[in-house]
Formats: sequence, C-alpha cells, structure tokens
Amino acid sequence: MSERVYCGVDLGSSRTKLVLIDKEKNILASSVIKSGWDFSLSAEKALADALAKAGLSRSDIKATVSCGYGRGNVMFASEHKTELACHGRGSYHRFPFAINIVDIGGQDNKIIKIDKDGKRRSFKMNRKCAAGTGAFLEEMAMRLDVELSQMNEVAKNAKGMVTIGSYCTVFSATEVLEHIRRGKKVGDLVKGLFTSVIKRIMEMESFEDAVVISGGVVHHNPIIADILSERLGKEVLKAEQPQIAGALGAALYAMDL
Amino acid sequence: MPEVKTIKRRKIESSSVMNKYMADYFLDLDECARTGKKKVAWCTSVGPAELLLSMGFAVHYPENHGAMLGATRMATDLIPIANSQGYSPDICSYLTSDIGSYISGNTPLTKAYGIKEIPKPDVLVFDTNQCRDVADWMEWYARRLNIPILGVYAPKYPNEITEVHIQSLKQQTEDLIEPLEKISGNKFDIDKFREKMKLSRQCTELWGRVLDTAMATPSPLTFFDGTIQMGPAVVLRGTQRAVDYYELLLKELEQRIASGVGAVANEKFRLYWDGMPIWGRLRANSELFASLNSSVIASTYCNSWIFSSFDERDPFYSMAKAYLEIFIVRSEDSKVDYITRMIEKFKIDGVLYHDAKTCPANSNCRYGMNKRLEESTGVPSLVINGDLNDLRCVSDEQMRTNVEAFIEQLEENA
Repeated sequence: MSERVYCGVDLGSSRTKLVLIDKEKNILASSVIKSGWDFSLSAEKALADALAKAGLSRSDIKATVSCGYGRGNVMFASEHKTELACHGRGSYHRFPFAINIVDIGGQDNKIIKIDKDGKRRSFKMNRKCAAGTGAFLEEMAMRLDVELSQMNEVAKNAKGMVTIGSYCTVFSATEVLEHIRRGKKVGDLVKGLFTSVIKRIMEMESFEDAVVISGGVVHHNPIIADILSERLGKEVLKAEQPQIAGALGAALYAMDL
Repeated sequence: MPEVKTIKRRKIESSSVMNKYMADYFLDLDECARTGKKKVAWCTSVGPAELLLSMGFAVHYPENHGAMLGATRMATDLIPIANSQGYSPDICSYLTSDIGSYISGNTPLTKAYGIKEIPKPDVLVFDTNQCRDVADWMEWYARRLNIPILGVYAPKYPNEITEVHIQSLKQQTEDLIEPLEKISGNKFDIDKFREKMKLSRQCTELWGRVLDTAMATPSPLTFFDGTIQMGPAVVLRGTQRAVDYYELLLKELEQRIASGVGAVANEKFRLYWDGMPIWGRLRANSELFASLNSSVIASTYCNSWIFSSFDERDPFYSMAKAYLEIFIVRSEDSKVDYITRMIEKFKIDGVLYHDAKTCPANSNCRYGMNKRLEESTGVPSLVINGDLNDLRCVSDEQMRTNVEAFIEQLEENA
C-alpha cells in the first residue's frame, strides 16, 4: 500500500521534529533529533527514524509540509508554511476551541491566538532578545553547572525561589552570579529562572481564552506549565508530546495538498 | 522541494532622470562648499529650507545623508564610532551614523558622485518638529566646526494646531532672517521667498498626487519605490527641477494605472507601512513582500513630505502651519485619525508598524496604538522590530517569519 501517510517537519533552530499521520489524522510515528548545522541532513535522518518506527517506506508518504527556521531546507517537502501557522493548526487539532497558544522554543517564543473555528486571529513572537527562550535556560544551566535534563527536577524540589528581575540574558546571568555569591540555593535559583521565562511570556500578550502550552522547553520542563498556570490563575493545557505540535500541524497541512 | 517563487517587481523608468537631477544637486553642493560659490546651510529635512534657498544658500539635508548611509549599509560600521564618543547606541542612528561618517571621513557621496567629503556648512539650521535628536545632531557639528547654529523649536504633540502655535513658529522663523543675512551676505527678499514657496507648493502637490496613485488597484508604486522617489521632495523642493520631475513621474504612474499595471505583479494584499524604512533592507523587504503577492502601497513616512498648507501669498504663516501639521509632531489621537483615514483611502488589508530601536519619535506602536486601531478598524497589524540604519538591531529571519505568518493569516481569513 503506497501514499497513505502525511508527513510534517518542524525544523527548529535546536531540534528537528517530524510526525507521520494517517488519513484519519492518527499519529503513526514521530521523531525528535538535534538540528545540528546541516538542516537537510537532519530532516532526512528524522524521516528515516520515523519511517523505521512506523514500519513504513518513503513511497508511503503522499505529501510533506515543512515549517520552522529551516523550513526551506527540507528537500522532500512539497510546500512550507511558517511555524506560526503549523503550531496553531497542531494545537487546535488537539484542543478544538478558542485557544491562546504559548510555544517556547530554542530561539523564540510564540503566542498564537486561535478562535473557536480554528482561524488564527493574531500572533506575536519575542523580540530579538534571548531572555525567556530555551537558549536563555541553556546559558543559565551552564552558569549553574546543572545538567539541562536535571533542571526540572532541581526546581521541583526547591523549597523557595529567588526572583530574577532583568529581561536581559547577560544581566540575568550577573544577577544569578550575585545570588550564588550570597549563598542562595541552586534549586531556588532554577525555579526563579523558570519563573523569569514565564514573566517574559506574560509581558508579551494578554490571555483571555483557554491557554495551551507547547514546545521543547515545556516538554523537558513541565514545571513551566505549572508556574504559568499558577501565575494566570487558571488551568494550562498541555498535550502529551508538546514538542511536536508544529510538526503535527505541518502534517495536517500536508493533507490539504 | 518547495517552489522557488520568482520576484515580480517593476522598475520605475523615470528614475534615470531623478538620478541625474540628484547627481547635479550633490555636485553643485560640493562645488559651493569647495569654492565658496554659495554659502552652504545644513537644514533638517522639515526645516525652513525655502527661506534658506531664497537667501542664496546651497542646502544640505543631513537626514538625507543619513538615509544614504543606511541604504548603502555603511551605517552599521560607522555608528560604533559615534558610540565611542559618548553617543548612545539607543539614540537616532541617523545621528550616530552621520557623526561616525564625519569622524572617519567616509561618505557614500564619494562612491556615488566622486565627492570627497560631506559639503562643509557655513550655518546649521534645525526645526525640532521631527524630534530633539536633530538639534543634538546639529549641535555636535556646531561644536566641532565652530560654526553658527540656529533653531526653531516646535510645540510638541498638539491635537489641534492653534493660532498660538503658528504665531510662535512664524515669529521664530522670521527671527532667523537677521543672522542669516549676516552669514550669507544677502538681504532677505520677500519676492524670492514667495517664489521658493510657490515651487515648493507645486512640488508638494505633485508629490501628493504621485502617492495618491497608490489608491488604484493594483497600485502602480510601492512604499519601497516611494522612499527612493521622495528624494527630490526632500532635497530639491523649492526648485523647478523637483516640479518637472514629479510631473514626469506622475505621467508614468498614470500610464501604469491606465494599463492596469501594478508595481507588484500579482497584488493580492494591500499593506500600509508606519514608521521609518529599514534603509539597509529596502530591496530585500521589497522582494519579500512581492514574493508573497503583497504590495506595501502607502506609508506615513512618504506622506510626511506633503505640505498642504503652503501658500506663497502668506509665506511665513503658511510655512509655520505646514511644518507644524506633520504627523510626527502631533498628538496620539490625531495620529490615530490619520492612519484610520489612510486605511480607508488606500483600501488597506493590513498595517505594518516598524518599531525602530533608535527612533522612538517615529515608532508609533509603543503606546498601544496598533491594538486600538485594530479594534476600531478591524484591520489586522504586525509589529516589525528593526531600525532605520542600525542593522545590528535587524533580524532578517525573524522579519521573514513574521511577515510570512502575517500574510498566511490574511490569506486564511480572506
């Protein structure tokens, strides 16, 4: 059986996400790998990985849509869209009502407003500054000598929290160093850094509808969703694999081709 | 593999005439500075140029030089020189790039026209209707070159222009005569002033008609064309050549309308640009929008050189009024009214706000205007973070993603 599968690729600055879906929109397989510097190769690797997981071959793919920073480098895609469109579609597929999507990626944050019919009403991306993005957390993990993969656990076990006030990554690093010098606990600092990310997000837009959070940062650090929920005073929805929302949206667009 | 879209933009044929007129202007300016044929006055772009021309000065416009530094992408290397002199990277990047240009002895006039250095001034004249930075800019040269500086201080942010406002500016402009007579060695002549005002009025009326051709669908010109085509309206106003040029350009654009030819081959969405151009990315931005079948057809910026109140019968009064009516110096409410009218007039589908890092005076989305206008007009908008000259503040990839996503949104909701 050939041409029965649709493929979506979200080639982000940090990770390449690829999703294969069937014509009933069920996820057959997904792959998340480092984007590295050769984006075309990363897309190929992610494709091979997902096809192997699903027991499929390339000839089974009917259409592919790409999005993300490297969207133009996906040679097997027949069309590309922006990640704003794909994240909107992917998240609305999972939460089909009026939603405000918060996507925290490696290099940028997005807030996308989708109405009850799935139409995008507005969007915002962070400004050029890295504060509030995955890159910010990577920098801070290095400063604190904490493994990125351990950040969530360290913050969860924290008893207190240190407030990080600056919205400049460099100034935040200085603040962190000052707190270390004063003997503050690492866990309290990491929780403060996650809270700082959420503060940067909340400065970008107001949130009237249901809030959905997605992206790689929240996938690895689910505590961020809890902090956002606490700050907003309402539930924050998170899909099972929040990292692949954009790739899923791209695969859904591939069904339209 | 995604389809590679061909860029469909049309060039304006009249430009070759404009390029000659602009070259002649700069070469004459250079000769005046070198030989003393005429005294040279530097004047801010919406300053009392007509008065200076009538008194026999050759006039140099530093903002025009700033735009050239931006468009040639020389600015980003020159700005740090001014920064090192204590001028913050957060202030006007026209100012910092121009000062950097002077200190380093690098000017785009050399490559374009073979002119060795910026024509040296005998007097500096500013009007703060644009912003305070223009005064600080001229003051740097006044100190550095030890030459006289004269200024007109405009009342800030009026909602309505009143008699008090106009009389204040009129008096300040009349007060310039005495020092200018001393510097130029020429007596003020009201008839010469009236003549320059008449030519400026004709120029501004024609420039207005040029920009109004964008009301046609498809539009025969884009904002990006406009930023280049406005050269004569800035530096040649008060001369016959500016009038002649805009008559020629208008004919070409009217011919385009008659033939149904648009500046962008497949104009699907009509956009409005508020704020400064990103000078170093004019071509890239022009191609970006054209590749998305979108035409940026109108702008606050290009329309800022339409001085409807010019009247040679009452030159001081009408100049004061005209230079006070410009968008940048007006109240937030009058700016909202202005953009609302422009959205209706040009049948705009989306508004782009350029939030220029170093130009708070002309970044109009910083006090929520974009959200208020979206609500009142129903026309969606996008904020673009960038700068007029400092490309360190410009992210091409972020701009591309934002613009593509905005056009996608317009398509989805069409």
